[in-house]
Amino acid sequence: MLLYLIRRILYAVPIALSVSLVCFMLVHIAPGDPINAILPPDAPADVVASVRAAYGLDKPLPIQFGLWLSHVVTGDLGRSLATGRDIWPDLAAALQNTLILAAASAGIGFSLGTVLGSLAGANVGTWIDRVCVGVAVAGVSVPHYWLGMVMVIIFSVTLNVLPAMGSSPDGAGGWALDWVHLRHLILPAVTLSVIPMGIVTRNVRGIVVEVLGQDFITTLRGKGLRRSGVIVHVLKNAAPNALAVMGLQLGYLMGGSILVETVFAWPGTGFLLNTAIFQRDIPVLQGTILVLAMFFVALNLGVDLLQTAIDPRMRRS
Amino acid sequence: MSTSLVKVRDLGVRFVTRDRTIHAVNGVNFDLDSGEVLCILGESGSGKSVTLRALMRLNPAARTVMTGTVEVGGHNIATTSEREMESIRGRVVSMIFQEPMTALDPVFTIGQQITETVIRHEGLSHAQAHKRALDLLELVQIPSAERRLAAYPHELSGGLRQRAMIAIALSCRPSLLLADEPTTALDATVQIQILLLLRRLQQEMGMGVIFVTHDLGVAGEIADRIAVMYGGRFVEEGSVRDVMRSALHPYTQGLLGATVHAGLRGRRLTTIRGAPPNLEHLPQGCAFAPRCDVAEPVCNLAVPPLNGSPAHRARCVRVPA
Amino acid sequence: MSATVAPALPREKTRDVPAGYWQGVRKRLLRDKVTLICAGLLLLILFAILAAPWISPHPPFQGSMIRRLKPIGFPGYPLGTDELGRDILTRLLFGGRLSWFLGITPVAIAFVIGGTLGVVAGFAGGWLNMLIMRVTDVFYAFPSVLLAVAISGALGAGIFNAILALTMVFIPPIIRVAETVTTGVRNLDYVESARASGSGAFTIVRVHVLPNVLGPIFVYATGLISVAMILASGLSFLGLGTRPPEPEWGLMLNTLRTAIYTQPVVAMLPGACIFVTSICFNLVSDGLRSAMDVRA
Repeated sequence: MLLYLIRRILYAVPIALSVSLVCFMLVHIAPGDPINAILPPDAPADVVASVRAAYGLDKPLPIQFGLWLSHVVTGDLGRSLATGRDIWPDLAAALQNTLILAAASAGIGFSLGTVLGSLAGANVGTWIDRVCVGVAVAGVSVPHYWLGMVMVIIFSVTLNVLPAMGSSPDGAGGWALDWVHLRHLILPAVTLSVIPMGIVTRNVRGIVVEVLGQDFITTLRGKGLRRSGVIVHVLKNAAPNALAVMGLQLGYLMGGSILVETVFAWPGTGFLLNTAIFQRDIPVLQGTILVLAMFFVALNLGVDLLQTAIDPRMRRS
Repeated sequence: MSTSLVKVRDLGVRFVTRDRTIHAVNGVNFDLDSGEVLCILGESGSGKSVTLRALMRLNPAARTVMTGTVEVGGHNIATTSEREMESIRGRVVSMIFQEPMTALDPVFTIGQQITETVIRHEGLSHAQAHKRALDLLELVQIPSAERRLAAYPHELSGGLRQRAMIAIALSCRPSLLLADEPTTALDATVQIQILLLLRRLQQEMGMGVIFVTHDLGVAGEIADRIAVMYGGRFVEEGSVRDVMRSALHPYTQGLLGATVHAGLRGRRLTTIRGAPPNLEHLPQGCAFAPRCDVAEPVCNLAVPPLNGSPAHRARCVRVPA
Repeated sequence: MSATVAPALPREKTRDVPAGYWQGVRKRLLRDKVTLICAGLLLLILFAILAAPWISPHPPFQGSMIRRLKPIGFPGYPLGTDELGRDILTRLLFGGRLSWFLGITPVAIAFVIGGTLGVVAGFAGGWLNMLIMRVTDVFYAFPSVLLAVAISGALGAGIFNAILALTMVFIPPIIRVAETVTTGVRNLDYVESARASGSGAFTIVRVHVLPNVLGPIFVYATGLISVAMILASGLSFLGLGTRPPEPEWGLMLNTLRTAIYTQPVVAMLPGACIFVTSICFNLVSDGLRSAMDVRA
């Protein structure tokens, strides 16, 4: 068990390194001299020279990667081409907003998905199953940026009950747990939740069907357990795999919110990315993607460890 | 007028799906008294496990069609409500399975799986239930019971798992125990231990037992009476002694000829040619006729009745009525 | 003497793809109404977008300042006009060509590359498997949308870059599926026995492995088409895929965003097209999966 823990954590290290290598390469696959990707075209010659030296741009790629990495681990993600400001403080603020949005969407999507998936799994082949699966397929098939626009048309334009843009009324950013801010959260969170809802429904259905097909379910019924008693067993057996699916989905929500954030002008990482793409601000693009990918790696590790912790079958090996 | 523990009349079980209908059990009749052990002997696909599950209504509800009447401990199984059925299962009749590894929930401890049963049926407190679980593990001779209660199924050996399974089944002192090949998945030495344990517990608790197996040796070890099943019907019934010594049905004779035991040293083992019947399209006559060496044209006309005396009879035209 | 009745033939059970397998698949598909309807709808859309130059009422790029943002049913413009006065129906028909192309091409390329790598990794095992699967793990460490945005964001806008980015996104999951399926088949008894009897690796792959693994990989890939269309249109929506004035559903959705206050229904049409296409691809893939009895 302890050995497994150590091995799993050690295994995350090369993954994290490779992920940062991919992010590092982003600057180099961008067309043109990397210096043009990091510095604005009108940068003074001495700045160009000092950046060239600091990142070792005249040295071989492996050394460049090492230098870049040594900057990154100290939180120095470089400067934005568009604003000239340090990337990290802006990114941290955006990260917080994305986290809020992702958490809200996960809350909606996971709970709906669990309920629909369990219902479908427990009633395989009936109309209940077909309805739940239909909702799930619609959830994973809908272009959510389009759904966001539909929601805006219905709830903001037509009914005028919910705001269409931003995370707060004054546009100043910041966040508080009150109705004013929650109102802004509803539309983007619901829009973003349809994909995890669909995927969690499909997976939970599959897991529940598998658990219900196992021999011990007959034993439980043979012991005279009521339906509710059997459900407790099904849930505990389904939990490890369901949690793994949800953990991955939380990561996808963090990384996949770019389209929804663009539609709703939600000041998160996706919005930051979109602005960076629009302005061809490669350092911001690189820094944001690096941080989000690292978050995803850490999340994967966390899910694996959690899964091991709650599953007695895995605890032994 | 005997008040038998189990009374099965003309039991039929079909599994109906969109693609096909499987005729698993086709008219089974028998009675079982308290304290009696009946062995149902047959190959896989003969309908023996389905018969067993029908007694507890455990076949998948959505695609199972059950006909005939089944009475267990005075309850009519076919008409009882699901809620009533739930209180009968585990209390009046309980079941042990072939493969304890998959029949036990892998993420609950042995202790939890015993206590939830007694709490469910007898409303004991957790402390009382724990005490009962300890007693039960001692009853089925599991050493260091206290520690084993906290163990998960995968942490026990096959023999201990099956003992735990038996402890769960007996936790509410049922009057009928159904055993579905409980020794098949075990090593030969462990098999004997489990059989002896079951025999002892059956005598101590005075339970009726229906024991399903494909192993003649096991049947001879534990049964009072034997019923041989083929194609979803009982083809021979009688006391262990009668069936083993003077089998009437060609199928039973074939089974005996194909079994390895000490008395056969120096003689050639025989096999039954052909394959078990297709339960989708059963023949109109005797289901064994296509494989039978002594079949006559009349065998294919209709299913023969059970011929012979009530104490020992067989579904074969060659047995005098 | 034994009777003259022939014994009922035992039904053979093998783990290999049985002879009647494809007949069974066809029979199950023909009975699956949802799949048939969706497949029919997809064929209809495909036919319409292929025939776009002949059935479109207007040229796709011809705008008119006086006919901007007309509603559905406007005379001569059955689905209205966009913000530059171009006919929506025409642009939807032409736009479908690019959207379909952008959705299917990356999956097709990834199917070939990822399928090959996955089968090789699964069949070869050892260090080759290790190498391929560890590199796959790295790309798995990125959420798919993020990876697509990162690559095409760094490369810049353009159809070629979008296809490149999406192909990179779909290769790793296809490798994983192909590797898992191949490893499973490789360990089946009959492949072991073919190996033991001295068949060459190439023969084993061709005769035993490919027929059994291509189906599951293909079904999995068809399921990715729906994701690819949403992602491709999403990239265009972000300004990363197609460039204006080229018609493409995602890009049209983006440029029509300004119209949601004046012509909301018209503005929603391109998205509805993506939705219908994507849901049909998903349902057809599900139908194939259950007809071919592939476990996910």
